[in-house]
Amino acid sequence: MMTLKVNGRDHDIDADPDTPLLYVLRDDLKLNAAKFGCGLGQCGACTVIVDGNAVMSCVTPLLLLEGKQVTTLEGLGTIEAPAPIQRAFMEEQAAQCGYCIAGMMMRAQALLQKNAKPTDAQIRGELELNLCRCGTHMRILRAVHRAARLMQTADASPAPGSAQ
Amino acid sequence: MNAFVIPDRRSVLKGGGALIVSFSLRNAFAQEEGAAAPKPPGSLAQAPYLDSWIRIDADGSITVFTGKAELGQGFKTAFQQIAAEELDVPFESLKVVTADTGRTPNEGYTSGSHSTPDSGTAIQNAAAQVREILVAEAARRRGLPAENFRTEDGMVISPDGERFRYGDLIPAETLHVRARPKSVLKDPATFKIMGQPVPRVDIPAKVTGGAAYVQDMRLPGMVHARVVRPPSYGAELTACDSAGVEKLPGVVKVIRDGNFLAVVAAREFQAVKAMKALSAASKWKETASLPEQQDLPRVLTSLPSQDTTIFQRSDPSAVGRITIEASYTRPCQSHGSIGPSCAVAQLTDGVMTVWTHTQGVYPDRQGIAEMLRVPLESVRCIHVEGSGCYGHNGADDAAADAALIARALPGVPVRVQWMREQEHAWEPFGPAMVTKLKASLDGNGAISDWNFEVWSNTHSMRPGGAGSMLAAQHMAQPFAVPAPKPLPLPEGGGDRNAIPIYRFPNAHVVHHFIPAMPLRISAMRSLGAYHNVFSIESFMDELATAAGADPVEFRLRHLEDRRGRDVIEKAAQEFGWRKGQQAPPDRGFGFAFARYKNLAAYCAIASEVEVNSETGRPRLVRAVAAVDSGQVVNPDGLTNQIEGAIMQSMSWTLYESVSFDDTRITSIDWQTYPILRFDSVPESVEVHIINRPGLPFLGSGETGQGPAAASIANAIANATGKRLRDLPLTRRRIKDAIDA
Repeated sequence: MMTLKVNGRDHDIDADPDTPLLYVLRDDLKLNAAKFGCGLGQCGACTVIVDGNAVMSCVTPLLLLEGKQVTTLEGLGTIEAPAPIQRAFMEEQAAQCGYCIAGMMMRAQALLQKNAKPTDAQIRGELELNLCRCGTHMRILRAVHRAARLMQTADASPAPGSAQ
Repeated sequence: MNAFVIPDRRSVLKGGGALIVSFSLRNAFAQEEGAAAPKPPGSLAQAPYLDSWIRIDADGSITVFTGKAELGQGFKTAFQQIAAEELDVPFESLKVVTADTGRTPNEGYTSGSHSTPDSGTAIQNAAAQVREILVAEAARRRGLPAENFRTEDGMVISPDGERFRYGDLIPAETLHVRARPKSVLKDPATFKIMGQPVPRVDIPAKVTGGAAYVQDMRLPGMVHARVVRPPSYGAELTACDSAGVEKLPGVVKVIRDGNFLAVVAAREFQAVKAMKALSAASKWKETASLPEQQDLPRVLTSLPSQDTTIFQRSDPSAVGRITIEASYTRPCQSHGSIGPSCAVAQLTDGVMTVWTHTQGVYPDRQGIAEMLRVPLESVRCIHVEGSGCYGHNGADDAAADAALIARALPGVPVRVQWMREQEHAWEPFGPAMVTKLKASLDGNGAISDWNFEVWSNTHSMRPGGAGSMLAAQHMAQPFAVPAPKPLPLPEGGGDRNAIPIYRFPNAHVVHHFIPAMPLRISAMRSLGAYHNVFSIESFMDELATAAGADPVEFRLRHLEDRRGRDVIEKAAQEFGWRKGQQAPPDRGFGFAFARYKNLAAYCAIASEVEVNSETGRPRLVRAVAAVDSGQVVNPDGLTNQIEGAIMQSMSWTLYESVSFDDTRITSIDWQTYPILRFDSVPESVEVHIINRPGLPFLGSGETGQGPAAASIANAIANATGKRLRDLPLTRRRIKDAIDA
């Protein structure tokens, strides 16, 4: 049994310490956003934020997360009160099937938390680790640029449950 | 197992009350009898009752039914627009129910860019006829002629302003009438919802962690299963000591049925661990049956084939002076869904319900029922979105896996998800193809004769029968893989788009249909059109070069189709294409065009590609597309499809080929099967739409793939002076061509 902090709340988790975070998020905490894509850290569909860094949850075992703060897409905002990056992806209609999108958003969110005004090249460089198969890349780039602008103009204080 | 009949919507209604159709409506909608009676348009021809498509309840709620499956194309939103427009109700006021054998019409597969032409057309016409019934009923109640009534916002309004809510006008059963062949459709000039970039209804949940996919389903008491697939085609399980696996934490059951092996556990990661242990405890006898990978094109042209001339035109007066020939090849390619295939199944009261991201719930039901040896009525397949599939991937196989496992655990919902290497090794690939072209130019630089041969195969091994599904093939009493059949023209399969759209005085097109392929293959987005358009449009550039002509001007010289000419001219103009243009150093311009299937949407794409002359690395810098998909329902949705086509086709074209040794598939993850990543994403992609108000929907999911491939290939040739004809056009191949 260990305590895992996810989206600002403590959860008691009863799982083997080698269990990848992804399965704990999906199975134990019933969170949908992080997706199983490869289980190999090759596609990024499972990306979440751990202590401010984008992490592939499918290859991050539970035992490494003691005392760390995990943020998933659910922790950024809700369908009623979306976070800037969620608004940006809606406004740019940046999805086709959308299976990769939560992971894309979390990696972009981690970048924007560290670098509020990334260049286009920096965004591309960061998203390099995440795969999209529908070919929604141009919209994803536009959405990340839009999110950066929205975050600039949004209230400087973080949204409830956000990954600060 | 006892057969159990699922009560469908209609029999429930019949039980609940009499079918009420008023006399006037009966007369107005009496179907003309007789064999020669024209059929209503789209899928209404196969499912002619209006209430198969639209239901209006007494509380005014409206439900629209489609037998097509939302795969990420966004048509669910488009269909809602169509229905809202023709019914004259607010967009938000109705909901769309997609493919479900218990609720929706049977529209076969969601494939071939057919969704909007077939289902969208049916919904549009059904909605128009329903609106007419509503108006007729309001007019009848007032005893006034219907002509002066109008509809607005879910109400019929009489000439003196009396308002009738739709839900109050008719009981739902009234719509159980056959559609007439012709509908009175709205004037496109009055459209308020169709033609607008309405935001997709599914995106908010997808970007906030809502349950959006079959992978996200969590039924009460659900368990997790993993399959241990054979290591290679035809491998036989010779030994499996599962005793140790059965003792692992959480393991509920190990299932073995011939060569089908699976394990069920309470929690998902327990199932993954148990799968690995079960795999280690299994011994397989494998057979080396695969050809040398590099030799695949030669193997294809030497396999037994059924040869058919599919097009012939002769004009002896046209005489060629210069003749050139070329051959183009395509390897097997993966659908490569980001999310491995998944399904949930539950056997309850003798009915197997399967939640699946299949493209065809009805064919899957047939296959699963046959596999389980139960009547059709004992299986219900419900579509739930999955990761994008781009054709026949592992979805149907995962559905069969789930059903076979759930049969062993009655009452318990079973969720199966494939592992990455299973999806990569076992999905039916987009088939390898070979084309050989030969053409002559006359003294005026026009093509005088054209010869095209394509070696390919069915491009569809989709279910219907159980034998198409892996689980059924691997069972102890296996089902035989059905004999591959060519898909008929005019749409075709391997010969899709093999017949040129251009006007040549002499033309000869031969389809060499290969029944038996060395690898498991099936439908991948655009089928043979991808390679045939790549071949034709590359060769058109080779001919233009031989004729000393500009590629755009050369195409227009041979094209009569007005709408085709329009998209070519539009793409060229928006790109800034100029005759005699010179690309910057290490860059090239390319152009290509096709009308998908020669009967669907038109698409022309101009591109600019940079080639690093040191490394050979190609990079698409920008692409400009023009598309004519008929009447546009949602312009942003159409743009999204074309952008996606360009990016996905670029990935196929520059990077992708399935690899294998003499026994096993060796491209089993994203390192061994690399695809497009963000460092190769272009600077810009523009899509220009030519809308055709009032003309039929042409579909758009597959129109861009062929032109994108050829446009990029032509730009590489323009940049390097070297023509590459073997897909994929990798950095290595370009470098070798430059150095040659």
